[in-house]
Amino acid sequence: MITFKNIFINVVIIILLTTLSSSSFARVIHSERSLYRNIIVEDKNDLRCLKFNVKSSKTNQSCMLKGEPDKLVFNYTKLVFSSLLMIDNPKNVLIIGLGGGTLSNTIHQLYPTAKITNVEIDPAVLKVAREYFSFFENDNITSLVQDGRIFVKREGIKKKKYDWIILDAFNGDYIPEHLLTKEFFEETKKILSANGIISANTFSISQLYNHESATYYDVFGDFINVSNQENSNRIILAGHQKLPDSALIESRIKLLDPQLKKFGIDIKSISKSMVSTKDNIDWPKNTKVLTDQYSPANLLNL
Amino acid sequence: MTSKTNALIYFLAFTSGFSIMGIELLGGRILAPFFGSSVHIWGSIITVFMLSLSFGYLIGGKLSTKNASLTRYGLIFIFASITVLPVALFSQPIMEFIFTRVEDSRYGSLLASTALFFIPTIILGMISPYSVRLLVTDSEKSGQVAGILYFVSTLGSALGTIITSFYMVLAFEVNNIIIGFSLTLGILGVLAIAVHKSLASVPSTPSQLAVK
Repeated sequence: MITFKNIFINVVIIILLTTLSSSSFARVIHSERSLYRNIIVEDKNDLRCLKFNVKSSKTNQSCMLKGEPDKLVFNYTKLVFSSLLMIDNPKNVLIIGLGGGTLSNTIHQLYPTAKITNVEIDPAVLKVAREYFSFFENDNITSLVQDGRIFVKREGIKKKKYDWIILDAFNGDYIPEHLLTKEFFEETKKILSANGIISANTFSISQLYNHESATYYDVFGDFINVSNQENSNRIILAGHQKLPDSALIESRIKLLDPQLKKFGIDIKSISKSMVSTKDNIDWPKNTKVLTDQYSPANLLNL
Repeated sequence: MTSKTNALIYFLAFTSGFSIMGIELLGGRILAPFFGSSVHIWGSIITVFMLSLSFGYLIGGKLSTKNASLTRYGLIFIFASITVLPVALFSQPIMEFIFTRVEDSRYGSLLASTALFFIPTIILGMISPYSVRLLVTDSEKSGQVAGILYFVSTLGSALGTIITSFYMVLAFEVNNIIIGFSLTLGILGVLAIAVHKSLASVPSTPSQLAVK
């Protein structure tokens, strides 16, 4: 039975909850509508998060601890650093998809002389990263507002090479489909230096997981999946010529462990969650490869 | 015009509406590898489609004043079919050519969509006014005929948009869908001509005279 009393109590509870959540839990300190999405910056105690579209927790794009800005908050950002077990001292880093600029900031601190190029399609994201997430640029760090696909294609024509390419342009609810095709990966491979590595942050669940794997495999051959059980993120490491042997990995862990500690990255435990697809193919052989001609990635990810 | 040929004309107008929007929607997919998926890509595509449709209406209307017939109507479809084909066959070299010469992806995408879609969409735009000419026998009813025609062809556009974007891209490659549109338009054009020829061989009815 719905009575006026019930409704009254419900209304009171809702008002209480909303005031509570806005005062002591999360506070929106900036919101804007960009060409591509709604951008929300939210503060929750010491935690500051960049959100796209809605104020729910699963749409966090990037977070930082204001008191400890060096500490990485997200698991997936930490997993990206598994790439460093595959290469030595990256000198040219390309990041597609800026978010809060956390990756760029961290990599610069690790390798101050490395050239870092950030490519972001949305000028508003770049602005917000600078203003609210202490994303910084200098002689070695540049950022460009451009579609990642166009940038990569033009760099290919200019014969540019990068030794660490990070693909981070997907967010939880939308995949730019032209960045998940065989042709795009081939263009990316073209600008990867001989000893370089590509790290892709992907959210794929459902059917898309198989299509994505098949597409990477088609272009790069065996790749490495890095993920941990607790969340649905996976990082794909691809483009390496051969797998480093365990001795090399061990020595890299020894070298990196103290440097990565301050960012909250436990490289030792991350190294244990790296699984090569060699003898470990977990998708059906006949899975269709995604191409510019066939790339319904968002429909496959439903 | 018999009611059967009228139905055929409505069906053809429906299909052309369906194809126009199906092709326009795939335009975004075709341009993305070279010009990205920024909002200005859609700006380029929609501009070119609207512009060429407007020219198509003008030319189609003009054309319908001289010896309008179902055969000529069918020829428009066959021309449309032929000019749609390069979208599937030559889009890569055309876009590559523009991509390497134009840095700014706004003008690059505008040029590319002009090169790919301008001509076929003009021809597809000619169909609406030409259909009105073939369907109207009584000026009292011309508004109603035009209304039904817009209804049918715009309904086709709505279905062409949703079916292409929801289902066809999941089942087929982009080029195959384009070729499918081209074949459909071509076959319907031949059908219109065949129907006209078969009607011409029987004694003409008063309604046929009205077309002359």
